Amino acid sequence: MAGFIHSLLGPRVPTEELARRRARYLTPTLILMAARVLLLLSVFLPYWHMELEAPQYPKGLYLTAYVNYLAGDVKEIDGLNHYIGMRPLHQAASFERSVAVWAIVAMFLLVEGAAFVHSKWAVLLALPAVSFPAGFLLDLKFWMTSFGQNLDPSAPLSASVKPFTPTVLGEGGIGQFRTYAELGNGFYLAIGCALLTIVGFYFHRRAYKPLADAMRGATPALGGV
Amino acid sequence: MKRSIRHLAGRAAACTLLLGLAAMEVASSTALAQDQPGRRRRTTQEVKPLELTPEQVARLTKVANDRKLNLDDLLAATKTYMPSGRHDEYVLFSSGGQSGQVFAIGVPSMRLLRSIAVFTPESWQGYGFAGENDPIHKQLEINGKPVLWGDTHHPALSETGGEYDGQFLFIGDKANARVAVIDLRDWETKQIVKNPLTVSDHGAAFVTPNTDYVIEGGQYATVLGYGYAPPEEYKKSYRGMVTLWKFDRAKGRFDVNNSFAMELPPYWQDLADAGKGPSDGFFFINSFNAEMASGGVEKGNPPFEAGVSKRDMDYLHIVDWKKAEAAFKAGKAKKINGFPVLMLETSVAEGLLYFAPEPKSPHGVDVSPNGQFMVVAGKLDPHVTVYSIDRIKKAIANKTYSGHDDYGVPILDFDAVKEAQVELGLGPLHTQFDNKGYAYTSLFLDSAVARWTLGGEYAGKNPDQPWKLVTKTSVQYNIGHLCAAEGDTVSPDGNYLISMSKWSVDRFLPTGPLLPQNFQLLDIVEPGTTMPVLYDSPIGVGEPHYCQMIKADKLKTWTVYPEVGWNPHEQRLDPRSPTKGSEGVTREGSRVLVNMTAIRSHFTPEHVEIMEGDTVTWRIVAMETTQDATHGFCIGGYNINLSLEPGEFTEFTFTADRAGTYPFYCTEFCSALHLEMMGYLHVKPRQGAQASPEGGVQAASAEK
Repeated sequence: MAGFIHSLLGPRVPTEELARRRARYLTPTLILMAARVLLLLSVFLPYWHMELEAPQYPKGLYLTAYVNYLAGDVKEIDGLNHYIGMRPLHQAASFERSVAVWAIVAMFLLVEGAAFVHSKWAVLLALPAVSFPAGFLLDLKFWMTSFGQNLDPSAPLSASVKPFTPTVLGEGGIGQFRTYAELGNGFYLAIGCALLTIVGFYFHRRAYKPLADAMRGATPALGGV
Repeated sequence: MKRSIRHLAGRAAACTLLLGLAAMEVASSTALAQDQPGRRRRTTQEVKPLELTPEQVARLTKVANDRKLNLDDLLAATKTYMPSGRHDEYVLFSSGGQSGQVFAIGVPSMRLLRSIAVFTPESWQGYGFAGENDPIHKQLEINGKPVLWGDTHHPALSETGGEYDGQFLFIGDKANARVAVIDLRDWETKQIVKNPLTVSDHGAAFVTPNTDYVIEGGQYATVLGYGYAPPEEYKKSYRGMVTLWKFDRAKGRFDVNNSFAMELPPYWQDLADAGKGPSDGFFFINSFNAEMASGGVEKGNPPFEAGVSKRDMDYLHIVDWKKAEAAFKAGKAKKINGFPVLMLETSVAEGLLYFAPEPKSPHGVDVSPNGQFMVVAGKLDPHVTVYSIDRIKKAIANKTYSGHDDYGVPILDFDAVKEAQVELGLGPLHTQFDNKGYAYTSLFLDSAVARWTLGGEYAGKNPDQPWKLVTKTSVQYNIGHLCAAEGDTVSPDGNYLISMSKWSVDRFLPTGPLLPQNFQLLDIVEPGTTMPVLYDSPIGVGEPHYCQMIKADKLKTWTVYPEVGWNPHEQRLDPRSPTKGSEGVTREGSRVLVNMTAIRSHFTPEHVEIMEGDTVTWRIVAMETTQDATHGFCIGGYNINLSLEPGEFTEFTFTADRAGTYPFYCTEFCSALHLEMMGYLHVKPRQGAQASPEGGVQAASAEK
């Protein structure tokens, strides 16, 4: 059992080797640390914006999505949406928003773990953080489609506004509104985290793979590590 | 080894795929972001310096010629025209005269922005149409009876250090001796105080430099405290007065318990102005019936108009209000009609009141921006007479009196306190100031605005000699008050001047025998003799008196109420306000409570079922938080109409004394489904009442 855990954790760096080539082993640790910091910071920044423009709103209406809440003119947008039979925005992705912060903390810890696991399995620990931005977008797309397609047919304006697919990024339109949606800085930080994690893993494997190969040579019984 | 590389490569490929997906999204959104970075910036249209091509000049000239406009007209239009969406530089708060309202007008466009209901119920603003026990009606009652109009005269913006601070506006009702407080966060009347001493007033409202007090000077002498005496006892029993209403800025209300009045001789006190700088601590009131004429043309006496104008001199009242405040706080006031009054003998003994002779039946007294000079306009005398505070203080200290009046008030020697007299023309009434050492006085009979120069430290601020008439501009017609931009503060702006012309005669299309007043905008930017009229603006609602012009950016106006459930009468969140989910109709005996919410485009509940004879308390809140998403609420036949501005909570009570089915609806066009924003009040006839158990609870109508 101990051997299995040992093989999962991968090879430890011998002290004299570490002293000789400190930069080689420090680089992936630092890069993965930076990746984690970016991900954590992203919680405090918007992931996605939408601006709605119509003649009677000269200052526009804004909707801003953070990973865990919606901000901006939610009340007014909900008020308008009731005319076309769209559900209130707080009903969208409510589960995702409720667990988002914990999920990010978990991803943070997993990437942290990845820095200490020197075997190739470390990649698995980093996978959630790397795929998170794409997951966020897919989820956003899912909910917007679900909301746009499932309008209450008994709503006052159901005759003039048919079910539609809102535009997740870029310019769209609904009723007298033009919509402009774009990604926020939080999302870019998450992307940054994903990129840094990948770069970090390049250095991670460059540092530890020779050690792992050497370890495998020493304990062929475990093989494949 | 090979296997492991293959594994790694496979995983890397998977990662790259995901990353590629994300990167594509980033790329597309980055392209967008370059066009609209962050929040899309709405570019305010850049105004490039205009250079007219010959073709454009030709087009402009053709329009001008077609409309018979000359170059001065084109310049005037250019100085006043506001392109759509652009805001005025100043806001003019004007008395609305007998309409009992205040008007807010943009300058230089002269566009009416809105009216503010004060002494008269006004249905659009839902002011005074909230059923029985309407707090506004309560506030408008005098001696238990509703007085549903006012004659608004002099607005006064609150000041800090002698500058308009844009927080509050006060205005007096001449007809009924009342003073109102308007909160300039929501532009609504918050308080009306009725003077307990006098029936009518004139010298309201004027503020001390930090708005510690609002001055309400009287006018027609009566027996103070609503007493009676025959006209033969005029001199013995009739009295004038001035009241100092203590203002509590934090509460935005008059502190009536710390307010007091001063008894004055029955000389018909007129306008007032507070000192500032060196004259801070004093205020000044003029008067025009030192003759104490008591009229009686029907008995062969000289009519008031002659009797009141007989003498060459009346009295400028000089009041040391800081000393008066100390005397009041020392308990030296006597109660009349329950209100503390410093009697004349106290004022004489304590040195609170002095007179200076002033020619002849004058009208306004206006303090110069530096507080040094008091300008009294002669009305029946062609001069303005200027007093200086240094001379006044010296004369008081040295007791340089020319005598005492019949009530023992010392009269300062005219020559000792007079700084200058400037002959302007016929019928000088009121004076305002600019930033270049000029004063502007309205000339009623000449129907003109006179520009003249101040002396003292103002000498040399313009190219003209001090204490001289510089120019006159004719106005149409019969100017009363005038108003320069911040022209009665410690730092006037110059720029614009309003002539509040009383008669318009031929200036506008005929409107029947009742004609609008004419607010005329004058350009006072250039020194010297150039002072053109730029614009005529008809005011077809009441006869305004005074106005004040404040820089628009000083106003910190709310766009919506701070929270949903806001009670504007109390300027706080009201715990009684219904909330989403708490709507419904509850009954206790014959008392019914309706809790209603209003949001585009429905009321909840939509059916309210009650019994004939029920007393209904109806609480309604506008759930809106968006600027201009205002609702109205009316019940036809029950004289109820409310304005429900975003966030506003209102409660009203009425007795459902007629059975029937009454539609209620939103009276403000709020949305595309505005017409659908309605419901029914069902008042069941009495016999039917037995069918329903008393004390039962009717279920709330479900939303939608």
